[in-house]
Amino acid sequence: MSNPVQHKTNTGFFSSLKASPSTDEFIKGLWRDNPVFVQVLGMCPVLAVSNTAENALAMGLATAFVLLMSNVLVSSLRNFIPKQVRIASYILIIATFVTITDYAIQAISVELHKSLGAFISLIVVNCLILSRAEAFASKNTIGKSVLDALGMGAGFVFALFCLGAVRELLGNGTLFGFPFLPGGFQAWIVMILPAGGFFTLALWLLIFNIAKERRSKT
Amino acid sequence: MNETKTAPENTPTSSMKMLRAMMGIGILCALLIVLTFEGTLPRIKRLKAAALEEAIFKVLPGTAKTVAFKLDQNNTFVRASSEDKDGQIVYAGYSESGELVGVAIEASGQGYADVIRILYGYDPKSQKVVGFYVLESKETPGLGDKIEKDPDFLANFDALDISLEDDGSAVKNTVVPVKQGAKENPWEVDGITGATISSRAIGNILGISTAFWAPLIHKNQEAFIAQN
Repeated sequence: MSNPVQHKTNTGFFSSLKASPSTDEFIKGLWRDNPVFVQVLGMCPVLAVSNTAENALAMGLATAFVLLMSNVLVSSLRNFIPKQVRIASYILIIATFVTITDYAIQAISVELHKSLGAFISLIVVNCLILSRAEAFASKNTIGKSVLDALGMGAGFVFALFCLGAVRELLGNGTLFGFPFLPGGFQAWIVMILPAGGFFTLALWLLIFNIAKERRSKT
Repeated sequence: MNETKTAPENTPTSSMKMLRAMMGIGILCALLIVLTFEGTLPRIKRLKAAALEEAIFKVLPGTAKTVAFKLDQNNTFVRASSEDKDGQIVYAGYSESGELVGVAIEASGQGYADVIRILYGYDPKSQKVVGFYVLESKETPGLGDKIEKDPDFLANFDALDISLEDDGSAVKNTVVPVKQGAKENPWEVDGITGATISSRAIGNILGISTAFWAPLIHKNQEAFIAQN
């Protein structure tokens, strides 16, 4: 688990915002401690469901919802849950919201549920959610936990979308199902296969690390 | 992060407290799940029924109305009630004027990634498969999922021959999958290069399912027409 405290110098991308503590709580998940590109958490859905922009967005939103709800509940019960049974309690809470999300998605659209398939239930074991419950929500007020979940959730959606858009564009020539590249473009099928997930993730990690390097030099 | 509040560290936690916490959370979570399940159930049922209905219209071109039939123990077809939803159900499609267009049949079998569930339309008059739709598949995106949208592959099912023997007891030629471009007979399913396993699976699923259903439906055609 990463330790967000160590990034004190806030001279990066969002420095112009002159973050107040609460916006900082939000921004850290979106950018500086992005769950995917910086903390490298929750890789299973990141690699598996980012083959199209639409799937990536839906998966990101589902995960963000579970993250938000479990952070709220864990935070509000933090003085009630004894240390010894906390992991079991967190898992139970997370599993509950995943089940709820699963039903909700089925109720929204059969098609969407068809394309996300088995990966919805796998949100239970997304280590991003458990790590936020353990490292943040269990020690902070509800308000802060909500901000943290919104930031981390937004960061996760953003990251998944970055991967999904690149993979769909190169692997299929489309974006959200609409043709986007000139007709003669020969799609790189490898990009929508699992290997393409690794290539694209590596590319984004490279970009983020270069950005981090620049930030630490200034 | 700076104003972290931690619960007092060294007070021993009583077993009672742990039990209370776990049971409390358990009950709360159970309540939430059951409420959501009950709340979404009617809509999920409606959406699933609508999706199936839509698929029936797709595989039986010209259908205006559908009726579900159940295969009973005597190998005859009776109208299915809304509670029946086991595998032995077929959906008869009727045109605007009430004529039998064909019968939509659900079938499934092992694909590359997981079980593939399909729906196909069988026309007992011309003894042909006239439509095909993938209800559920987890085949590899970009390769195996071509079974859902590859136009050349789907053309296989515009008029796939399921002719019966003259006494109607069995299918004359079982549907078989062949390599892409190797289709010579009207009962063969042309495969897809790059989706070999998935397209072969479809051919085999159809082969098994039509061999079972086509003679039964042929024998009981009257039941569909009479009970409309």
